[in-house]
Amino acid sequence: MATATPTSFTDQVAVSDEVAEFSPAVVEEMRSHLTKYPADRTRSALIPLLFVIQRERGWVDNAGVNFLAKFLDLEVTDVWETATFYTMFNLRPVGRHHIQICKTLSCRIMGEPEITDHICSKLGIHPGETTEDGRFTVTMVECLGSCGTAPMMQIGFDYYENLTKESVDKILEDCN
Amino acid sequence: MVFVENGHRLSVYRDHGGYKSLQKAVGMAPADVIEEVKASALRGRGGAGFPTGMKWSFVPKDSPKAKYVVCNADESEPGSFKDRYLMERDPHALIEGMTIAGWALGSNTGYVYGRGEYRYLLDIMDVAIAEAREAGMLGKNIFGSGFDYDLHTHTGAGAYICGEETALLSSLEGYRGHPRMKPPFPAVEGLYASPTVVNNVETFTSVPQIIEMGGIAWRDLGTEKSGGTKLWSISGHVKKPGVYELPMGYADMEKFIMEDCGGMLRDDKKLKAVIPGGSSVYVMNAGQIIGQNVTLDYEGLVAAGSSLGTGGMIVMDETVDIVESTKNLSEFYKHESCGWCTPCREGTDWLVKIFDRITSGGGRPEDVQLMLDIADNIEGKSFCPLGDAAAWPVQSAIKQFPDDFKKWIVNGAASNGHVVEANM
Ligand SMILES: Cc1cc2nc3c(=O)[nH]c(=O)nc-3n(C[C@H](O)[C@H](O)[C@H](O)COP(=O)(O)O)c2cc1C
Ligand code: FES
Repeated sequence: MATATPTSFTDQVAVSDEVAEFSPAVVEEMRSHLTKYPADRTRSALIPLLFVIQRERGWVDNAGVNFLAKFLDLEVTDVWETATFYTMFNLRPVGRHHIQICKTLSCRIMGEPEITDHICSKLGIHPGETTEDGRFTVTMVECLGSCGTAPMMQIGFDYYENLTKESVDKILEDCN
Repeated sequence: MVFVENGHRLSVYRDHGGYKSLQKAVGMAPADVIEEVKASALRGRGGAGFPTGMKWSFVPKDSPKAKYVVCNADESEPGSFKDRYLMERDPHALIEGMTIAGWALGSNTGYVYGRGEYRYLLDIMDVAIAEAREAGMLGKNIFGSGFDYDLHTHTGAGAYICGEETALLSSLEGYRGHPRMKPPFPAVEGLYASPTVVNNVETFTSVPQIIEMGGIAWRDLGTEKSGGTKLWSISGHVKKPGVYELPMGYADMEKFIMEDCGGMLRDDKKLKAVIPGGSSVYVMNAGQIIGQNVTLDYEGLVAAGSSLGTGGMIVMDETVDIVESTKNLSEFYKHESCGWCTPCREGTDWLVKIFDRITSGGGRPEDVQLMLDIADNIEGKSFCPLGDAAAWPVQSAIKQFPDDFKKWIVNGAASNGHVVEANM
């Protein structure tokens, strides 16, 4: 499945009715997304708005979801239904730098395994884990449309291509 | 396609003749625009190759509902990265193509649905859209024609299935990316249950050229059945990977790989396999390519035993083990199966389990047949074509590279004390 429901999912939903709060500027930004769609079709803005929640709160958390349900006049379960389908929504906290290494065929045959080993041993974690200081999370992901410049990774939304161990060292150094 | 510096800027695009086709199109009857697209023999560049003009003609002219033009910029097919290139370098061509489609179809609104990971491309598109709006190429009364049209970008969030057009529409409505039953086809009931045309980025960016040159002239850049030119994304073991534009019917595939793309990455390694059209098409062995004069178009690749797909060509040299490469793709399809239908959800999981068994040394002589049976139970039996896409790599790998499978299974069976039949 595109996203496995996290084992802690039911715990999360049960956590609280807490509703996140956002600055007027962020609420304004969220409103601006609604203008793209017909007035009776605001659910269309759900995915873009989940990204705003994730950016503001670091992950898609219970309080953020409760906010969106109110904001879009949806059930809380409607929001979770969508949020749990898509791999880019982090349903638990991730490191400040989310390293996503492409493991699909072109990257795999062009040196991804060495790059993955290098990054993981440097950070002292396995794919799927976060460093203790909360700086880095490493996730293995599927093809990101950079096959001609393999191997590659994304950190947050930024592309890093034609990776070598040396370039990776430099890139990680520049992450604060 | 030529690389133009700052080609993503409106002024540069206009200096090179940009938006002249839109101006021309809004001076034509919408039906005549569709006729030009039909004459061009343009087929959808998103993988399925459906004739674009015909798709456009399915939109009911008399529907009282709003109509929508949706660009499929989900580009998640392993091996394909051409749409990324187009949006990065030539966003105004996409805007112009979608706007011409809006005029032809009687639509006033378009959406560009980009995969979530393509955030920076959607940012580029947003800037280009704002430029175009400012200059009157989008918005009210375009070129004084009375035609109003506006465009918006929309982001996905990581799900290959959202490239399937009906799943894309579910996602654009804010739901899980599950595909929908066809019919009704999107042309009749698509976004918000309204008539909708979904086309690929490359399909739309071809439209301004077609209007500029005339449908027949554009078609004649390629062949009668495969009109125009095509972008190929090349990756893997070649010296010069990247995006190449070739006329349809280009002769031939061997020359393309060995000369145009610089040949094999390592001179001492021989070509072993090519997946010519993105991960979802049949894998070819070197013998199907070398000395075979395979022409690069829809018909040529089918005749050679595969298909054109998205034109995402993955080149593999002899260091690649086809069991491992196919396992890698099976893992992809398992991960990306949306879970909606049983054959695809369960079948892709079983394929990966068997691959795992084989590559951990526990392969059994009957495993190859078992995989073929499973693939057979996915192919044509899943709710949407993702199932076929998962079955084909496995079926073709077993057919074209039996020795790679044999090697694993003989070694695995030996270490497990199984008796291996010689004719496996
Ligand atoms: C699983 C699956 C994934 C697909 N992914 C894409 C994609 O990323 N981009 C795309 O344009 N078409 C994709 N398609 C094809 C679309 O369903 C549809 O045929 C296409 O967008 C129509 O546009 P075209 O006629 O211009 O090619 C996919 C199809 C399937 C079954
Ligand atoms: S295979 Fe890694 S980006 Fe496509």
